[in-house]
Amino acid sequence: MIRLEGRARRFGDNVNTDYIITSARKRDTIDEQVLKQWLLETLDPAFAASVREEDMIVAGENFGCGSAMEVAVTVILAAGIKAVIAQSFSRTFYRNAINNGLIPVQCDTNRFEEGDRLSVQLDGAELSVANYTKELTLSGPPIAGVMLDILEHGGLVRFIREHRRLMPREQ
Amino acid sequence: MDIAERKRCVDIAERAGNVSARTISEKILSAKAGREVHAGEIAICTVDRVLGTDASGPMAIDYFEKMGGERLFDPSRVLFAFDHYAPPASAKTAAFHDRLRAFATRHGAELCDVGEGISFQLLAERGGALPGSLVIGADSHTATAGALNLFATGVGSSDLAAAMITGQVWIRVPESIKITLTGTRTAFLSPKDVGLALVNAIGPAGANYKALEFHGSALGAFTLEERMVICNLGAEMDAKASIFPSDNATNAYLTGRKVGLASPVTADIYAVYAREVTLDLSRLSPRVALPHAPDNVVPIEQAAGTPVHMVFLGTCTGGRVRDFHEALAALDRAGGQLAPGVQLVVTPASREVADAIRDDGTLARFEALGATVTTVGCGACCGTSGVIPGDGMNVLSTANRNFKARMGNANASIYLASPAACGASAATGKITDPRAERAAR
Ligand code: SF4
Repeated sequence: MIRLEGRARRFGDNVNTDYIITSARKRDTIDEQVLKQWLLETLDPAFAASVREEDMIVAGENFGCGSAMEVAVTVILAAGIKAVIAQSFSRTFYRNAINNGLIPVQCDTNRFEEGDRLSVQLDGAELSVANYTKELTLSGPPIAGVMLDILEHGGLVRFIREHRRLMPREQ
Repeated sequence: MDIAERKRCVDIAERAGNVSARTISEKILSAKAGREVHAGEIAICTVDRVLGTDASGPMAIDYFEKMGGERLFDPSRVLFAFDHYAPPASAKTAAFHDRLRAFATRHGAELCDVGEGISFQLLAERGGALPGSLVIGADSHTATAGALNLFATGVGSSDLAAAMITGQVWIRVPESIKITLTGTRTAFLSPKDVGLALVNAIGPAGANYKALEFHGSALGAFTLEERMVICNLGAEMDAKASIFPSDNATNAYLTGRKVGLASPVTADIYAVYAREVTLDLSRLSPRVALPHAPDNVVPIEQAAGTPVHMVFLGTCTGGRVRDFHEALAALDRAGGQLAPGVQLVVTPASREVADAIRDDGTLARFEALGATVTTVGCGACCGTSGVIPGDGMNVLSTANRNFKARMGNANASIYLASPAACGASAATGKITDPRAERAAR
């Protein structure tokens, strides 16, 4: 079981990977520890400096759309953010999140606001989020099959190190 | 009968062995998973081709090493292209290239260095995009290759690394959206217009977790390379794959290129789709995507007259031979000169394209007009190589994305249109309907 507590940092719809970290920044380095100072700068230049370890990104539709670049995920993790809660995710961002151990929670975020106190819980395949400020409990689509295996390994790196191949989840 | 109910009936019929009711995606992924899989299931599939770029490759090497990778599952199936940073604009970028070169050489992967072209374009040109195959590429526009009747999908660097080691990828089998193209293609109707109209109709996330599968009587109106434009724009709807059937155009393209066996795949007539969209080409007209989203699409009449300061002809959407021909022809019809103050940037998508337009004199014409012709590859598309627009500039581009800061400057505005509209607008200095420029003169 994974349980995270934190504070909501609110963004809108269609936050693309270029907004998360611009291509121009990553042409010189892919070191997420360096890049994290520019996290989401196009949308909010002051955001990166204001991030606290336990923050969670909350967004609207189609989070992580656009380019498939994976630094968009590793930069978020490097900033100390361990979950993104969105109305919906772009496909490649969702994959990259799972593969790196960032928890993508898909649920109705309409009533979520900046600063809300949140808790995210992954129990087996069941994924839920509690918003204490708004007194809401929501569940996301379960994380099934090999995706859960990968997430429980903390990402694809450890999974492949241990198993040397992909395989269907043991039932 | 609604879709859910139809799906239920078909499932029952299929389980009883009475009927086969699969989409192209389900068929290809079943073949690659070695078992029957349906939309919604998670399949572990074997991949036929793995593509990396200079943008995603260095990170993939990091993952490869962290995963304990020692060798490629099959070096002949792995291709790296230096397209996003061609040529490298800094010592640090050059160092990424060196690292990737060393990796490809050590492991025997195919390396397409600076000046060769965009990854999936090269795969197609070199005959590696075969009907029925599964291609993964660490680039969101990998689905472009689906024009050749295959399942090609964009992944990140970690998936790329895992596939380089194992030859496998995990895939949630997508539902498909059936797109039927009907009617007669009118003069000046570009596949770019068709793609933009679809992005607008389906929305930026409308194909999220889904594949687009193309059908209809009008498919034959598009050459293979034009189909690539339509498939390419699938990424702007977040489609997992965009797939055309295999036909004469497919065979014509593959002749003389093909490496390996083609296994064309057709959808079953009872296949169940998440959604069906029909587009009548007879009623479709040129389109423009306004800043700062590719789905912000209007008929070109509504954008006509907007001042244009830079015209960009290139990218994996609009950087092929026919695109340059159409742009130049429209530019000529609209006066044959660049309007004062317009900067024209030309970037072929591959060396094959560059050679073709050099041989037929097109490139010389662009140069004579004063165009900036940049190195083959992605060029100015994502602000990493080539020309960056200045503050307050309006760019009209043949590309697929116009996000804020996409070309390297958040204070520029990017409009997307067909090559013909771009060519005509370069001559007039304002967004110009390619059908109307003769009348305007
Ligand atoms: S041309 Fe643009 S959209 Fe196409 S692969 Fe290159 S950067 Fe991506």
